[in-house]
Amino acid sequence: MRIKEHPILELAEKPPIPFYFNGKLLYGIEGDTIASALHANGIKKLSESIHLKRPRGFYCAIGNCASCNMVVDGEPNVRTCITPLKEGMRVENQQGKGRIHAK
Amino acid sequence: MIEKNGVPSMNQVKAEFPTQETLAKPKAIIECYKRIPCNPCETSCPFDAITVGEDINERPRIDFEKCTGCGICVYNCPGLAITVTQIKGDQAHLKIPYEFTPLPEKGESVNVMSRSGEVITQGTVTKVQAGKKQNKTALIHLSIPKEFLYDAITIEVSYGS
Amino acid sequence: MQNKEAIVIGGGPAGLTAALELLKAGASVCLIDRNERLGGQLTKQTHMFFGSEKQYASHRGIDILEILTNSLGKYGNKLEILTETTVVGMYRDKVLSCVSGDKFFKLQGEKIIFATGASEKALPFENNDLPGVYAAGAVQTLMNEYGIKPGEKVLMVGSGNIGLIVSYQLMQAGVEVVALVEAADRIGGYLVHASKIKRLGVDILTNTSVKRAIGKDSVEAAEIWELDEQWQGIEGSERTLEVDTICVAVGLAPLTELLQQMGVNVKYVNELGGNVPILDEQYQTSVEGVYACGDLANIEEASSAMVEGRIVGINAARSLGRSVENADFRIKALRHELKDLRGGPPGDKVRKGLKKLGVAT
Repeated sequence: MRIKEHPILELAEKPPIPFYFNGKLLYGIEGDTIASALHANGIKKLSESIHLKRPRGFYCAIGNCASCNMVVDGEPNVRTCITPLKEGMRVENQQGKGRIHAK
Repeated sequence: MIEKNGVPSMNQVKAEFPTQETLAKPKAIIECYKRIPCNPCETSCPFDAITVGEDINERPRIDFEKCTGCGICVYNCPGLAITVTQIKGDQAHLKIPYEFTPLPEKGESVNVMSRSGEVITQGTVTKVQAGKKQNKTALIHLSIPKEFLYDAITIEVSYGS
Repeated sequence: MQNKEAIVIGGGPAGLTAALELLKAGASVCLIDRNERLGGQLTKQTHMFFGSEKQYASHRGIDILEILTNSLGKYGNKLEILTETTVVGMYRDKVLSCVSGDKFFKLQGEKIIFATGASEKALPFENNDLPGVYAAGAVQTLMNEYGIKPGEKVLMVGSGNIGLIVSYQLMQAGVEVVALVEAADRIGGYLVHASKIKRLGVDILTNTSVKRAIGKDSVEAAEIWELDEQWQGIEGSERTLEVDTICVAVGLAPLTELLQQMGVNVKYVNELGGNVPILDEQYQTSVEGVYACGDLANIEEASSAMVEGRIVGINAARSLGRSVENADFRIKALRHELKDLRGGPPGDKVRKGLKKLGVAT
């Protein structure tokens, strides 16, 4: 899903960043947010609605709408559309409102 | 109707063209049908051929006597609403703005599109200007059969990147 | 708590020019943005801007951002930039609570300039929460900031400038735009943008809207239908389009929540996008020393936002006691620029809205 050629933007090759999604090893690239890396891997469902458990993806991609909230390294409600991807991150689909665990 | 589907009527289009005699030399055809706040066509023209005026919402007017058909306004127009046209024998020569990859190459045969997005004929690319000046809005020179003078507007984009 | 001379919240087109004018006048500026990079929506505007040379017309948004950030770079330690910092609380005594990563801190500013921008509106239709239904700006972010296609086949909903421009940008990224639907009976944005996509084969369908999204875990198709004069769907006119993405471009709403937290007076003005702060001649809100500019004040093009930012920057600098060269003349000229930008038919809505708000245009 990555754009290979673009008439206006210079899309330089960037180093890969490994991370885990629901336990599975995936790769994003430098400069990705968590949500963009997932999207590039074809993963659109990021969370579930709290009551009806409907699938949710991102909507605004600029940190406004909370539709992309996921559990990242154990922390729930991380706005993955504006959180930079880091090596080794453990990203999981969030269910419900999320629980905060003591670190 | 342009307000409904983005396609100007043939009358609207023809009103922007000079006579065919004038088109013996290349001339800019400006298709800016609605008043919008914008004037780079005026400020970019090195020959003062285009006037928008004090109120930048006015539609641009062109003096075909002054226009040399250089094409500078074509890649400076934010609306990509200007082309350059010339008649040479049984061919019409066009300069169009183009912002897609890959760029066509000189000598390439391309599908030519109408304002309503249909392929109407084939054209030949005669030159591609895509330097620093054009700043990523390439100027494609095209040769097409003259009968499509008032219909041709751009070339087909090939998908698949 | 740290005290600042001027705090600018939001590093988009309005915030950047406001900061620049303050710095030019010799003031110290703390510029806060929740993103990693400054620029707001400029970071993804790959098209050439309209307007005149004064607003960098004919330059691409991304290049304008470079011009503005380069100018900021000249002011060294007079400028403090806090990126990845979200202002989460705002108090009447001009105290801000900020969060950056796991740090929480407070700032107080003598002058505070709000340039928080706007958020995209959503549209009610069946299954509008399915993954694959994205706001147009989100699609732009994904493509132009991260180099990722939102999908392969897109239905665009809305024919304002954003819908038209993003359709074109989708095509530039190699994505097929299957159709663009518009509920009104005519195209909302600049016709030059519409013609640009139409001649490349995109169907623009007015009096048409999306009825529902179809799909299990993400969008697999979209059902569209025609609307009658009362904007009601016409039974039997449904058509199914095979798309994997529905892109929603139905307008923006000003982000006034922070302003409202500190008790600034706002008014709902439909033409300006929703709740907007009531401003005086100086672009000052009902709280002294607190200013607002850009999409937060009224939904418009980035060109106008940049001009408003400059006006606010000069006004705030003056009220800080800084001397601004030719201030009166510059303010007059900038107001004239705004008048020009809003003077034509595309400015009708904003002029009407500002009139309702009691602002002279």
